[in-house]
Amino acid sequence: MLSMVTSQLTSYGYGDLGALMALMTGDEKHGPAATSTLDVLWVLYDRVLNLDPRDPDAPGRDWFLLSKGHGPIAYYAVLAAKGFIDPGLLSGFASFGSPLGYHPDRTLIPGVEISSGSLGHGLGLAVGIALGLRARARPESRVFTLVGDAELDEGSNHEAIAFAGAIGLDSLHAVVIDNASATYGWSGGVGTRFEREGWSTVTVNGRDHDALEAAFTAPREGRPHAVVAVVEPKDSAARRPPISVR
Amino acid sequence: METMRERFVAVATELVDSDPRIALALADITLSQFAQAAARHPDRVINVGIREQLLIGVAGGLALAGLRPIVHSFPSFLVERPFEQVKLDICHQDVGAVLVSSGASYDMSAEGRTHQAPGDVALLDTLDGWTIQVPGHPDEAELLLRAAAARDDRVYLRLSDEANGAPQPIAPGHVLPVRTGRAGTVVAAGPMLQPVLDAVAGLDLTVLYAVTVRPFDADVLRRAVAAADTADVVLVEPYLAGTSNREVDEALLDLPHRVLGLGAGRAELRRYGTPAEHAAAHGLDPASLRERIAGFLRIRR
Repeated sequence: MLSMVTSQLTSYGYGDLGALMALMTGDEKHGPAATSTLDVLWVLYDRVLNLDPRDPDAPGRDWFLLSKGHGPIAYYAVLAAKGFIDPGLLSGFASFGSPLGYHPDRTLIPGVEISSGSLGHGLGLAVGIALGLRARARPESRVFTLVGDAELDEGSNHEAIAFAGAIGLDSLHAVVIDNASATYGWSGGVGTRFEREGWSTVTVNGRDHDALEAAFTAPREGRPHAVVAVVEPKDSAARRPPISVR
Repeated sequence: METMRERFVAVATELVDSDPRIALALADITLSQFAQAAARHPDRVINVGIREQLLIGVAGGLALAGLRPIVHSFPSFLVERPFEQVKLDICHQDVGAVLVSSGASYDMSAEGRTHQAPGDVALLDTLDGWTIQVPGHPDEAELLLRAAAARDDRVYLRLSDEANGAPQPIAPGHVLPVRTGRAGTVVAAGPMLQPVLDAVAGLDLTVLYAVTVRPFDADVLRRAVAAADTADVVLVEPYLAGTSNREVDEALLDLPHRVLGLGAGRAELRRYGTPAEHAAAHGLDPASLRERIAGFLRIRR
């Protein structure tokens, strides 16, 4: 069930993402480090999510929610590489006539499950989607939500984290991109916020594709699953050192 | 008399039993009354605890997954506290939900300001696509809830402990003429009908009854105004005074007219006591209404 049918639809690979992102920014090229989410998004869409760009609303699919909404260039590049959107749309990024803005709108882009940009909305929606899929007897569908470590400042996340842990909502997966951008940090590491609420939690190198894939596909344990993907600190003058990866 | 909230519990329970598309989302409020429904349908009767941002987020997610969420709490905690979730998790996602509040305006008079949200309708009115229903009787609340459950759009059903003595033959979406006169038109929303009828006894006035306040039924208002000697209108609403003045102005855009919007005042009373005492303090008791309506319409008494 973890096959990515899209790999046959386009000829784009990981190495093309920089050029696709450059269509939006006008810069000559982008290295992977230019965007914190790129590797996580690529691994999800290339190796993990059960999605078909020819039928992006198919019942039984996995759901991916870009909660933080910010910096969607990597997201759009991956969606283009995987056949959800026409790469020809990328150069119009954020123009009046483009469906691709600074924050994604689900009503404008095939395969985008939620409109986002205001921090702290994705996990709550994801809990509702996971509950809805459970009520509709879709146990095969998984719900992945990408949040940022700074986004977790918003209290709404903690309502969702505590509730999902308490009820053992095991189709729910949170992916925390930790680029040390939270102003006050998270003592003991971001993962502890999930762990103490009953989630299974793993912290991995957010640039290591095999490690990310293993973390995303770990067997369900009857509880929600959090993957903390550590990448380079956003600010080189960050006040705290990167969290050690186990 | 049975309250609207009691009827809501009975009808929502029946809807969850009979329609697999219906999900009920709660945040501890009214939870015990839904215990049997929750036991029968643990997947579709969902209590998130005292977490109202999550309550609305879950409702949006349930709708995205193809269910019809009925979401319930007090108006302070259903509309005001999670307002950005209402804006983004429901409206911006382009999904629907049925938000059902109970404990309107000063129903919880002794609880104080923390449990009073007379601005709920005005606040929701800043957003697009909401049908706002203000029933005046448990029978009307039931009819409106059943109608909302069968749809896919955004509905706010505002239940109150205040109710009119008898139900009216309402049709969702339409303003109902209750009596006709020539000296002016009074529009009473939801549970304000009874005090308005008491207030205008013996006066030559048209009284219209509105349960659907958004979208506002301009046609019936225009016909009523055309049949009177004046285009002046008094609105009597059980929530923030003036909430629907703009709707009347737009309905009568081509007619010289005046509008008086009566309702709960903006100033905090900082009083406890009974709902009747709060109604009087806001000038919404029959005697005060009679004086204010007749004065505005220059009716000699």
